[in-house]
Amino acid sequence: MFAEGGHIDTAILILVQVLYAVGSLFLIAVGLAIVFGMMGVINFAHGEFLMIGGFAFVLAVKAGVNFWVAMFVVAPLVVALIGVVVERLIIRHLYGRIVDTVLATWGLSLLFIGIASETLGYFQEGVAPPFGSVRIGAYQEGAYTFFVIGVALALLAALYVLLRYTPFGLIARGTMQNAAMAAALGTNVRAVYSITFGIGAAVSGLAGAVLAPIAGVLPVIGVTYIAKAFITVIVGGASPLAGTALASSLLGTINQAATFASTAVLGEVALLGAAIVLLRFLPAGITGRFLRGSV
Amino acid sequence: MILEARDLWRTFGGVAAVAGVDFALEEGELRCLIGANGAGKSTFFKMLTGQLAPSRGRIVLKGEDITGRPAFEIARRGVGIKTQVPSLFDGLTVAENLWLAARRAHGARRADAVTADLLGEIRLAARADDEVGTLSHGQRQWVELGMVLAGEPDLLLLDEPAAGMTADEVEATVALIKAMRGRRTLVIVEHDMHFIRRIAEKVTVFHRGRVLVEDTMDSILRNPEVRDAYLGQRAGGLDG
Amino acid sequence: MRELRSKSFIAAAVAGPALIVALPQIVEVYTIFNLSVYAILATLALSLGLVWGMGGILSFGQSAFFGLGGYAYAIAAINFAGSTPGLLAAVALPVVAAAVIGYFAFFGRISDVYFAVISLTVSLILYNLINSTSGAAYRIGDAPLGGYNGIPSVPPLNLPFAAAPLDFAGTFYAAALLLLVVYLGLRLLVNTRFGRVVVSVRENELRAELLGYDVRLYKLGVFCLGAAIAGLAGAFYAAWGSFIGPGVFSIGFAAQIIVWVLLGGLGTLIGPVLGCFIVQSLTAWLGEAEASNPSIVLGVLFLAAVMLVPKGLVPSLREWGRRLLGAGRAVPRERAP
Repeated sequence: MFAEGGHIDTAILILVQVLYAVGSLFLIAVGLAIVFGMMGVINFAHGEFLMIGGFAFVLAVKAGVNFWVAMFVVAPLVVALIGVVVERLIIRHLYGRIVDTVLATWGLSLLFIGIASETLGYFQEGVAPPFGSVRIGAYQEGAYTFFVIGVALALLAALYVLLRYTPFGLIARGTMQNAAMAAALGTNVRAVYSITFGIGAAVSGLAGAVLAPIAGVLPVIGVTYIAKAFITVIVGGASPLAGTALASSLLGTINQAATFASTAVLGEVALLGAAIVLLRFLPAGITGRFLRGSV
Repeated sequence: MILEARDLWRTFGGVAAVAGVDFALEEGELRCLIGANGAGKSTFFKMLTGQLAPSRGRIVLKGEDITGRPAFEIARRGVGIKTQVPSLFDGLTVAENLWLAARRAHGARRADAVTADLLGEIRLAARADDEVGTLSHGQRQWVELGMVLAGEPDLLLLDEPAAGMTADEVEATVALIKAMRGRRTLVIVEHDMHFIRRIAEKVTVFHRGRVLVEDTMDSILRNPEVRDAYLGQRAGGLDG
Repeated sequence: MRELRSKSFIAAAVAGPALIVALPQIVEVYTIFNLSVYAILATLALSLGLVWGMGGILSFGQSAFFGLGGYAYAIAAINFAGSTPGLLAAVALPVVAAAVIGYFAFFGRISDVYFAVISLTVSLILYNLINSTSGAAYRIGDAPLGGYNGIPSVPPLNLPFAAAPLDFAGTFYAAALLLLVVYLGLRLLVNTRFGRVVVSVRENELRAELLGYDVRLYKLGVFCLGAAIAGLAGAFYAAWGSFIGPGVFSIGFAAQIIVWVLLGGLGTLIGPVLGCFIVQSLTAWLGEAEASNPSIVLGVLFLAAVMLVPKGLVPSLREWGRRLLGAGRAVPRERAP
């Protein structure tokens, strides 16, 4: 793979691919992390939110909608709507029962896969990534790779601003710290949870759309995302942004290093192995020990 | 000396719940801990029993350093705790709860006999086969006390043993504590001043994560510093 | 032991063997073939009923141990000819895997939901790993791993020291006996000292620890035992269909085990067995009718179990039964089913 080209080119290429691994891991996990960090809910249907985001984007593009509108408006909106409905119908009845929530959303995940297979078929759908490619010395790298890294960074910044500097962010963080107190102060906790879940879903929808041109979409694609997303969120710990950013940096690098050394699947095995060993020493994740109280 | 804590600290995200406690207990002593809510008493108990690891400092039990050891190990070295809210096996029966405690301390052979004795001692023989979750709060307190006593601990920590008990039950608790005096080392956290007055010999006052003062009950009551720090808020309790 | 004298235990111990002997005489071979796999899957359900229902450990990736057992059996039985080494391997490999995962998880004291996620992830990553092993390069001795095609022609079961493989009826006897022995064995187990402590850890981990029990060891023990049972079931499964493929590691298969246990009733042992038989017959019937997508059926059953019968069928039925029999009369709760 690196037979030709100078060492510097190779190093840059490796760096770009590590950054891509980190960025895509962040995209895959951050919607799940928001919902878990802010509401204590582990959404097992998260992979299907990504899948639906991908389908919404691809189908919209095929229907003639502008590429960017489909990616940044249609996909997040569709998944946010589904998220709000799911929160109303299922999650809301199970607050505080974290295991039941896991089980119910797992059922939902199967239901989504089944419905998608029935209505959309089992075949892979796709849209070619735009932009062409970029030369790095002797190598070619798809320009879309840089776009994905950029979206991950922009999303991190946007969510940070949202949670840190807006009134909604303050209310949501207050609710996350102490829901009973927030309610006593007049916060509509249900509305906060509903909106937070919607935001998590929207972010997942966007992530599914952004990754669709590279990964393609099919009804069962959620399963390929979900393992990585779970590990990243758990290793990250309670703080949704700091935790996910740190965990995806660490795990993305490990994953990519192991992928270079062997195969993509063994990269995933390394990811899991690293996570299990790490949790032995940091059972509450990275932000359970460090940077406590950050967002 | 059965227990010694030296410069014990525990911080939670920058806030020190326990901030440099020095504490020593003689064998057979009965010590009361008082202090406002948040003074660090429960955190201190959790460190003594291994539920929390200290951020700094040392705990020495019977001459051995037990700092940061897991809870089960400290329990096996003879430390028993009755928690503030009774911590029981709610889905199991009274007898099963006691059996689990007796088995650990006395071995499986004697566990059944010890369980039968304990059922009588805590006066719940009639409810032996009822689930603990169905008992009243006072009865739950007794079950937990029975479980802790089953372990025959050398050092017994009681976190608010009289809370939620009826007047009769409080009497029985006082009698039980008095009966144990001298045989076991006891540390009791309690808010009820009447209760403390009836049993206390030496009292340690916690304030903002530190030991404010350590003295006899009478001196404590006269100490203006203690009044300001803690008892002032509970003047009603003092005068009554 | 008191359990040996309980009416339901004796009933199961007498009626079980009678039913096993009688069934092949009364029903068709096709039904026997299907009942064999139900018994095998019900044994898998029991393993989760033990680990989750009795031990309170959210082992959502119990499929991983079933699959490892199946693959270990296939590989060992192909290489060493005969099912006995295969069965030994099918217990050993899952137990080692469980011991490693359990060590890191229980001794690190990660929270129960984190554990649920990690254990499921193990299964999903095994799924990807096995799927990537197609091609001649991936083989262990004489056994090709086969990637997504799985391993065909897995040797059938045979009795130790007898070369002849078991026929349909023989496989049924073996599978049904496995289920019965595991069921009765677990009923006895929950009434032993070990079993009681395991249940107490489920009820209140902190109190168990404050009494001096090393809860980490008990969790590790019950988790490894569950893995051994699941692994054995996996071996029987591979032998039954002469096939093992990566599908056993998939998220759908993992979900199925959860649904059996959840629908049947957590904290009981008969519940997971009944749950498995009900769900499997239902999906088989719907499959024959080609009425609907299996994912949708399982998803709906899953949601229904959580939202509508959260306690599970067996405990709910018991409660209704008690109400019918005598309202207000205090009936001592059964500890173990």
